[in-house]
Amino acid sequence: MERVTNEQNFKVINTSQLLTEVKNFKAEGYRLGQACATVVGDTIEIIYSFDKAHVLKNLKLVISDGEEVESITGDFWSAFIYENEMHDLFGIQFNHSVLDYQGKFFKVAEPTPWKPKK
Amino acid sequence: MGKKTIIPFGPQHPVLPEPIHLDLVIEDETVVEAIPSIGFIHRGLEKLVETRDYTQMVYVIERICGICSFGHGWGACSAIEGAMNVKVPERAEYLRTILHELSRLHSHLLWLGLLADAFGFESLFNHCWRVRETILDILEKTTGGRVIFSICQVGGMRKDIDDETLKEIVVTLNGIKKDIKALTDVFIEDKSVKNRMCGVGVLSKADAEELGAVGPVARGSGVVQDIRMTNGHGVYDKLDFEPVVEEAGDCYARCKVRIGEVFQSIELIEKAVAKIPEGPVSVKVTGNVEGEFITRLEQPRGEAYYYAKGAGTKFLQRMRVRTPTNQNIPALVKTLQGCDLADVPMLVLTIDPCISCTER
Repeated sequence: MERVTNEQNFKVINTSQLLTEVKNFKAEGYRLGQACATVVGDTIEIIYSFDKAHVLKNLKLVISDGEEVESITGDFWSAFIYENEMHDLFGIQFNHSVLDYQGKFFKVAEPTPWKPKK
Repeated sequence: MGKKTIIPFGPQHPVLPEPIHLDLVIEDETVVEAIPSIGFIHRGLEKLVETRDYTQMVYVIERICGICSFGHGWGACSAIEGAMNVKVPERAEYLRTILHELSRLHSHLLWLGLLADAFGFESLFNHCWRVRETILDILEKTTGGRVIFSICQVGGMRKDIDDETLKEIVVTLNGIKKDIKALTDVFIEDKSVKNRMCGVGVLSKADAEELGAVGPVARGSGVVQDIRMTNGHGVYDKLDFEPVVEEAGDCYARCKVRIGEVFQSIELIEKAVAKIPEGPVSVKVTGNVEGEFITRLEQPRGEAYYYAKGAGTKFLQRMRVRTPTNQNIPALVKTLQGCDLADVPMLVLTIDPCISCTER
């Protein structure tokens, strides 16, 4: 098997493009590697990483604080781990999740501790 | 069809060294659904980027877990080095590979011991951990630590390991090979052990791929996936690395993958010691992180992600670590469906859950 390199591949998208992009990855046989959130000023960046045969591609979704995001659990069920984590730590609301813990996935002392401070 | 009952499994349970909770929905003695919840010991280590600079964050990330601490330190350094475009000297890459494989050795021996303990084979547990002590002694001799090493730094290694010591490591590892073979033969051949694992907790290849399983869990289901097959971390491309893969997808297959990897790690260390070049082990790194970089590492439990993002200040904006157990929880939930209640501990154990990693 040919060895792939650690190439950086980030595609910036908006919320309306998310599900289409995710469905494309699903159709092409990619698996979900991870999803994480980063607070950048007043916005939150969500990175979704997809892998196929060790080739890594990332989607970067930039949202404003309070903006809701469609869940990708319909296409990648395992995303429930990351979406519930981002909900509990960053306060991001994911709509239409197939496994929504409604804030009870992480037992944190303070609700949404990593949410951007006003 | 029997009446549905919910049995709480954990957060405290004899097979769980760390807390995770599963609500097991059972009918008669069969699990029909498993609902996990975590966060009992969530530490918020990633949040420390706000008050620790990027060099200090390497120490923090190393402390995510006491078993794969070296790999976490290496992953954090790699992400930062990638974002800063730092080229690490080749000798440092060899040393990182050797120490990482030593970590895999002690992690897998620890897991084999825990597995033996879970099915009540206490003497086997003791012998697995006795052999593991030899690996910890090597790590202590070369890095100064048995759990946390702090030998990896941004730009390379904090100190070198001389060639004489490296050769001694190979001699020591070859010396314990016979002991390891005797131990692992019990896991592979013993009828009572096989009774507990063969055909239990089957995860099909299709499910492993669909659920994004990683590490020995994926490879035990026939998925050829190992980040050591890629370029960009360590010197695995120079060591003729091929992943250990089993097809059956049950607890026994996952066990056989880890046993195969124990012997493979010894071979990889031997090859790396034979090929390691002379030269410096670190380069001076100046400036701050500006930009972002995502990298992956094959930890003993599977693929881990490390993401660093900085805006040119000494503090990172984000240091994200996605650990293998995070990714294997969906596969665990899937394999628990339909299993006997009595097999739940065995199944949970064969994904080798690390809750310290999950609760960063």
